[in-house]
Amino acid sequence: MPAPCKTTVAVFKFSSCDGCQLQLLNMEDEILSLANEVEIAYFLEARRRTLPGPYDVALVEGSVTTPDEVERIKTIRGQSKFLVALGTCATAGGIQALRNYADADEYARAVYPHPEYLHFLPTATPIAEHVPVDLELWGCPINKGDFLEVISALLQNRKPNLPQHSVCLECKRRGLACVIVAKNTLCLGPATRSGCGALCPSCGRGCYGCFGPQPGMDLNSLVPTLRAMEKERGETARLLRNSSGYAPAFSKAAESILEEEKKQ
Amino acid sequence: MAELPINVGSVVALPKPRLDDLLAKLREKGYQTIGPRVGDGTVQYQPIRGASEMPQGYTSEEEAGKYRLVSSGNSRYFDYTPGAQSWKQIFFPPRITLFDLCKNGGWKPVGSLEPSPRYALVGVRPCEIAAIKIQDLAFLRTDFVDPVYQERRKNAFILAVNCLRPGGTCFCASMGTGPQLSSGYDLGLTEMDDVFLVDVGSAAGKDILSGLPVAKPDAAIMGKAKQAVDAAKTKMGRQLDISDLPDVLLKNLDHPEWEAISKRCMSCASCTLVCPTCFCWDTQDHSSLNGTETERERVWDSCFNPGYSYQAGGNTRPNVRSRYRQWLTHKLGSWKQQYGVLGCVGCGRCITWCPVKIDITEEIPALRKETRS
Repeated sequence: MPAPCKTTVAVFKFSSCDGCQLQLLNMEDEILSLANEVEIAYFLEARRRTLPGPYDVALVEGSVTTPDEVERIKTIRGQSKFLVALGTCATAGGIQALRNYADADEYARAVYPHPEYLHFLPTATPIAEHVPVDLELWGCPINKGDFLEVISALLQNRKPNLPQHSVCLECKRRGLACVIVAKNTLCLGPATRSGCGALCPSCGRGCYGCFGPQPGMDLNSLVPTLRAMEKERGETARLLRNSSGYAPAFSKAAESILEEEKKQ
Repeated sequence: MAELPINVGSVVALPKPRLDDLLAKLREKGYQTIGPRVGDGTVQYQPIRGASEMPQGYTSEEEAGKYRLVSSGNSRYFDYTPGAQSWKQIFFPPRITLFDLCKNGGWKPVGSLEPSPRYALVGVRPCEIAAIKIQDLAFLRTDFVDPVYQERRKNAFILAVNCLRPGGTCFCASMGTGPQLSSGYDLGLTEMDDVFLVDVGSAAGKDILSGLPVAKPDAAIMGKAKQAVDAAKTKMGRQLDISDLPDVLLKNLDHPEWEAISKRCMSCASCTLVCPTCFCWDTQDHSSLNGTETERERVWDSCFNPGYSYQAGGNTRPNVRSRYRQWLTHKLGSWKQQYGVLGCVGCGRCITWCPVKIDITEEIPALRKETRS
């Protein structure tokens, strides 16, 4: 009897730091059982052998920042049954999306002796702005546990159990004192999607929103609270303009602060 | 020296330095002592071994969205007001594995609930006892009993303390839950300068005191203690008129204030998780990649979590307005119909630990305004 066909998984990189792919490679306790359950068909950072598509699951890291990438993501979408945007670059543009609020040409001229060799788009954008995405897994980098949850859910044909709540809920489950309330530290936790297990607050630091805004979040009341705590002007806007800064809720909140500051 | 006769209901005096002996006695009797200690800039409830680990010489400054632990200028142990943690974390743990299932010719549960240590809770405030009694109503019902809660609760020892220094967001006097102990404890302390007055609340409490160097308190110190407890009633940082609850909430479900609150509330869930009576949870299954093993875990959840009210077909509380209204109308409204008491004990945690400073003692009066019930 032939062996049953395994689910094929392909990992693709767009503009990114590779940190999310490294999270996959860092799964030292689980990677062998993962390799048992799925066929790793394309994962250049892990193995030289590549299998042609179509793929059951495509994991896409990075944001779209070049004309090439615009085309390549369409090809990948066409070859993939289920496409997962992996990490904050793929879901919100990532840190490189800061250029969406600046002049990318000017950056290129400042960094490269021959910027004319570069072919890039004026903006860095999430995968979902280019092709339909089946699931977004946020985080900078992604949480390994959430990733395994997605894979096991796909293998078992059930809905993955991913958190939708704020980082605050995670802090309270861990018994951590709120850094806003007890330490007067700026923290985006109340507005940010959980997934990190409240990593930064557990080290006494404020959350900088790397898992992106909690779905349906409006930052109306958090912004004045954080601004009243600022030790130097503009801290809140800088906190929002970070790796998830291009996510609409954070982008809108930062914009309104900057506009207001301009008026003053 | 003839030993002082001690009975349930007796009040005896324990010299302050002998608090350690009391804690040692509890441990000797097999209790794990959990008490207040300073950590993370606040007071946390953690395992303690001796009085030296307790927040002696500290007091708390509290207001909406702010908690600071500062020097009290004296050497008292219980001049702080509690931090974000509450005793519910002991009886109703934030995370607990309920069981594992293993697929081996059908699903079979593996393992069972481990027996809980016997906990002695040290420094439980009157409002916190009221909260434990409220959670008892939810978890130890006559028709359903929660085995996790019951296992932890049934053998617990409660070393309570009268609250002599309420905090800036406290309003237990309005809720009728404090600051004076009434029942529900094994031993009840009143902290004076040189002694603790110890009120024996149960046979287990009496048992712990036997052999400790307690004395009969004189009338003067008893009088001073009564004065201090009475004075605490006037030191509440907040007040709440509860005379028209739950009607003022349940008859004003379309009040414009709900919409106004939703512009400020982040739906972050902090208030519900620091609340010592909120008991919502979620169960999550974590399956192995090959699908042969799964673990069912129970975790604290909240009616503010959008996922909490998600059902097939959509979310029954799709916005912040509906989620905040659900919380407040339950806590101070339908809770009464469900359990016969309101769900709030006036501890003020939801006010102190709200990152955007929402204060229920201001929201109730706002909902009372211009009501035509």
